[in-house]
Amino acid sequence: MKGSLNLKHYWKYIKPYMPFFILGPLLMLTEVAGEIVLPRIMATMIDSGIGDASAGLGTGYILSRAAMMIGFIAVMITGGIGGHYFSTRASVCFSADLRQGVFEKVQKFSFKNIDGFSTGSLVTRLTNDITQVQNMTRMLLIMAMRSPGMLIGGIIMACSINSRLALVLVVVIPVLAVVIAALLKTAFPRFGIMQKKLDNLNSGMQENITNVRVIKSFVRQKFEIEKFSDANNDLMSSTLSAMKIVVTTMPVMMLAMNVTTLVVVWLGGKFVVGGSMGVGELTAFTTYITQILMSLMMVSMLFLQLSRALASSARITEVLKTEVDLTDDNASQKDRTVKEGRVEFKNVYFKYYEKRQENVLENISFTAEPGEIVGIIGTTGSGKSSLVQLIPRLYDVTQGEVTVDGVNVKEYSLKNLRDGVGMVLQKNVLFSGTIEDNLRWGDENASMDEIRSAADAAQADGFVTSFTDGYNMELGQGGVNVSGGQKQRLCIARALLKKPKILILDDSTSAVDTATEAKIRQSFTTSLKNSTKIIIAQRITSVIDADKIVVLEDGKIAGIGSHEDLMKLCDEYRDIYYSQMDKEKEVS
Amino acid sequence: MPPQMGRNRRSMKEKQKPKNTKQTIKRLLSYLKEERYKIASAIFCVLLSSAATLSGSYLLRPIINGLTDTSKTAQEKITGLLMGLLLMAAVYFIGVIATYFQARVMIGVSQRTLNKIRESLFKKLQTLPVRYFDQNPTGDIMSRFTNDVDIIGEMLNSTLVQIFSGTITLLGTLGLMLYTNWVLALVTIIFSPVVALIGGTIASKSRKYFLSQQVALGKVNGFIEETVTGQKVVKVFNHENKIIEEFSDLNGELRNVQIKAQFIGGIMGPCMNALSQVNYTLTATVGSVITFVSRWGRGFPFAALDIGGMTVFVNFSRQFSRPINELAQQITNIMSALAGAERVFSVMDEEPEKDEGKKLSPENIRGDVVVENVTFGYNPDKTILKGVSIYAHPGQKIALVGSTGAGKTTITNLITRFYNIDKGKITIDGIDIKDISLECLRENIAMVLQDTHLFTGTIMDNIRYGRPDATDAEVRQAAMTSCAHMFIKNMPDGYDTMLKGDGANLSQGQRQLLNIARAALSKAPILVLDEATSSVDTRTERQINEGMDALMENRTTFVIAHRLSTIRNADAIMVLENGEIIERGSHDELLAQKGRYYELYTGLKELD
Repeated sequence: MKGSLNLKHYWKYIKPYMPFFILGPLLMLTEVAGEIVLPRIMATMIDSGIGDASAGLGTGYILSRAAMMIGFIAVMITGGIGGHYFSTRASVCFSADLRQGVFEKVQKFSFKNIDGFSTGSLVTRLTNDITQVQNMTRMLLIMAMRSPGMLIGGIIMACSINSRLALVLVVVIPVLAVVIAALLKTAFPRFGIMQKKLDNLNSGMQENITNVRVIKSFVRQKFEIEKFSDANNDLMSSTLSAMKIVVTTMPVMMLAMNVTTLVVVWLGGKFVVGGSMGVGELTAFTTYITQILMSLMMVSMLFLQLSRALASSARITEVLKTEVDLTDDNASQKDRTVKEGRVEFKNVYFKYYEKRQENVLENISFTAEPGEIVGIIGTTGSGKSSLVQLIPRLYDVTQGEVTVDGVNVKEYSLKNLRDGVGMVLQKNVLFSGTIEDNLRWGDENASMDEIRSAADAAQADGFVTSFTDGYNMELGQGGVNVSGGQKQRLCIARALLKKPKILILDDSTSAVDTATEAKIRQSFTTSLKNSTKIIIAQRITSVIDADKIVVLEDGKIAGIGSHEDLMKLCDEYRDIYYSQMDKEKEVS
Repeated sequence: MPPQMGRNRRSMKEKQKPKNTKQTIKRLLSYLKEERYKIASAIFCVLLSSAATLSGSYLLRPIINGLTDTSKTAQEKITGLLMGLLLMAAVYFIGVIATYFQARVMIGVSQRTLNKIRESLFKKLQTLPVRYFDQNPTGDIMSRFTNDVDIIGEMLNSTLVQIFSGTITLLGTLGLMLYTNWVLALVTIIFSPVVALIGGTIASKSRKYFLSQQVALGKVNGFIEETVTGQKVVKVFNHENKIIEEFSDLNGELRNVQIKAQFIGGIMGPCMNALSQVNYTLTATVGSVITFVSRWGRGFPFAALDIGGMTVFVNFSRQFSRPINELAQQITNIMSALAGAERVFSVMDEEPEKDEGKKLSPENIRGDVVVENVTFGYNPDKTILKGVSIYAHPGQKIALVGSTGAGKTTITNLITRFYNIDKGKITIDGIDIKDISLECLRENIAMVLQDTHLFTGTIMDNIRYGRPDATDAEVRQAAMTSCAHMFIKNMPDGYDTMLKGDGANLSQGQRQLLNIARAALSKAPILVLDEATSSVDTRTERQINEGMDALMENRTTFVIAHRLSTIRNADAIMVLENGEIIERGSHDELLAQKGRYYELYTGLKELD
């Protein structure tokens, strides 16, 4: 349960609703006042109204007390409803703003920041954790004054009725507090373990479901069932061990309350016999004792809740205080837009984590001129994707510089820079919505003709129009209802619609067959004639016609030049070439 | 946290109402059968503790009356007090013990039952056909395991007990109230419908708002899930502001309904509290008047009341409204638990994979695979394969070529019986695969699937997945065959490196190499390679090829590949188009034919 509330990160979201934050708990105090005072009035109703030793004041007095009680109840309910209203408003508005804030923060994240958190954990923080914090805030606002108020008010009233009898509390409260604290302290780590076992079970489940084909094809159901059974039993025993403690609290509370009541009635009864206390007072006293012990219990529950929500809040704080390590705050030419698309790498070094020794890219220098097609080729892990991600500043170079139109990319505003670059990522995503909606990501104001021509250039128009709903076909989340090759072509179309000055395809046609790929490349020569085109590919045929081919090997440039040059000069290139072409040669 | 989202998504569509209550209860009870003595003892404890609580409250009456009895001496009063308290102590003690035992027993009962339900659900899931997983999103299945099972647990844990104790307390209180003073009891009884009415109105309002809150929350969470998952694309397209705007709308909508829902839900407490205070005041007032008149006046004609009775009664009237509200709440809980149970049972009712044939387990399968005139479609209205026939002799390498959607993967899916064929026949060594037990069939086929999936565990565990009894040396050998050894030995812990989250720390190419290693370890006579090396760079691929040749030796192999160079040395190449084989033959034969394969190979024609 590390991590404090770290209020300074939250103050911004609390501040606009400060009046609600104050009014809520304050109004809840009226409820406390009512609950505290009512038994006391009731006591006088019995003692003075009915009278125990001699005749009381009678019906008139009783009714006047009743009116008083009703009055208090009216105040109570008004205050209670008001308190709930403001508390709800405060907590809901606060957390809505917080959610917005965290979401906007995530939008500002650099790729590096996103890599640091996994996307799954970001989603949890934005959904579950915020809900947790919201519930805690609301409960805190409602209970913060109420429970301690009831506790203190109850003690005051008990003392005022009979201070000697109230001495019982001096014994009971500490004993009970210690017992509850001990129980919670034992229970808490057990709940931690339980949660872990639960996560275990769930992630195992998830894995089992996604891997169903592997399991079936290797006939490992029995093994999986055993694995699950173990996790399941683990969960059961850890739950039992935690719950055993929790179920003890209730009887312990009951025991404490009962013992206290007995002691109070015994001692109080003697006072009543001795004439120093009325029966009504004794009844009221026992009521207060119950209230005091109940609120003690509520306070401890509050702590339990609080500590759970604190873990959530710590996770949110982590997002909020993450420093976005890539901004355009220091850009000197924010108004500049990408006009031609000349890309130049000058002695670029790059690594993802500063602490790592090895560089992902080392001493990279080359130029891509407007209108050129530059191919990048190399083995898995040679740094191809890392290289192109430096152009739209998805990551920053560690050393050296990348310039676009002769200006360091760091001097552009991120918006203008990325508007000038159309990039199709290796791991690409389509969003739920129609195909048209998805393509419009490239250009919101594109006409239908423009959309169709972009799709046509990406060789997507054909299959899109073959769908019954054409461009209006709804894509499921992640584009699950189109095939891999179709998805890639839609992603290319989306990037083309941007009409970028620089187009980057990061192995974006791996699921597209050679002939279609050739057509896509062909279309670039007309539709993006003057743009710089950078293509990462596995297949040598994808880059064979490029104006320039960059061969990467272990993060370094092993060769650069046209196909013919490289065939003459570059061993690595020849090696790749023959790995793909030699067999064809034998045949022809 | 996907499960959470699953819940939200679902609650938009479905109401928390069970459809076939009787049947569901019956099945739930069948899980409780072994626990019936424990449940009976828990119920007995509930009875005991409720009775103890009630009589404990009532015992206050003689004590207070004794104290206010003007005819008794002080000593008599003290003795009476002591006796009364001792009796109370005994009753209370029984109550506490009973409460504790009941809670302990029920925790055990509910946890064991949940354990059993989860286990049988999981076991069932292992028998379901692949088709089931195609049709049901992971999140939805997960939510049955998490949310639905949890609700059932919640019900077993507390709802059942509370319904018992609530009912007993309600009836007992009512009886004691009537016994103490029926006029006063009438006041409470008349007041109860008012409480119920107001409570019911608020509850139904709040349910409505809560439903719309769930919908709004589901939308917000869904949006978050989707955009954060695609965050990198958002950034590449400069879409941050547009996304923020959209989010802002959804978030605002959520805020507005949430205020309403939580406020209405929240005021239930103060309203009920105030009403019970009003009831308390009314009873106290009427009671005081009656007591006053019966004690000091001319006596109350038909319903006299003493101070002790009056005190006890007021306490009862406080207790009275609580169980009513609780019971109402519990009924809602039961409804949603039954709905949850129904969803759980609906999975258990799914048809398992058909293994209805002769369940033969032929030994020493040679790998003679014949696909004869097979017609198949995933949906009845869309045929994928039309009369496909393939003959593979033991040890032959058969390549399947064609565009996406032509039906290549489908053929392999049918050989492993992930799906059952509609028409035609597939035989292995002359035996119809329908007559071979699924277990035996699949043990004889090693697959490298198009989607690479790995398990949480070490690399060693993952490779060994297909053959748990393989030695470390064999695992290493398999990794060398697939060229995975090179990158594994560079990992921080080598073969003991833990893979998490489906091997998220590996590149796609590396995952494929692991998958190949996994298949390489298997001794199955039939091998299926479905785009096994699509993400592996060509030089590594060439290195694997040697290993692959060794791997494929003496095995009947089906290869699906985009890169035509990888399948050149196949014994037979099948060119598929629209679910039909349009050309077949060896590489050289097909090139000589100058047909579709020739066009594909020389890049004259596109695949799609």
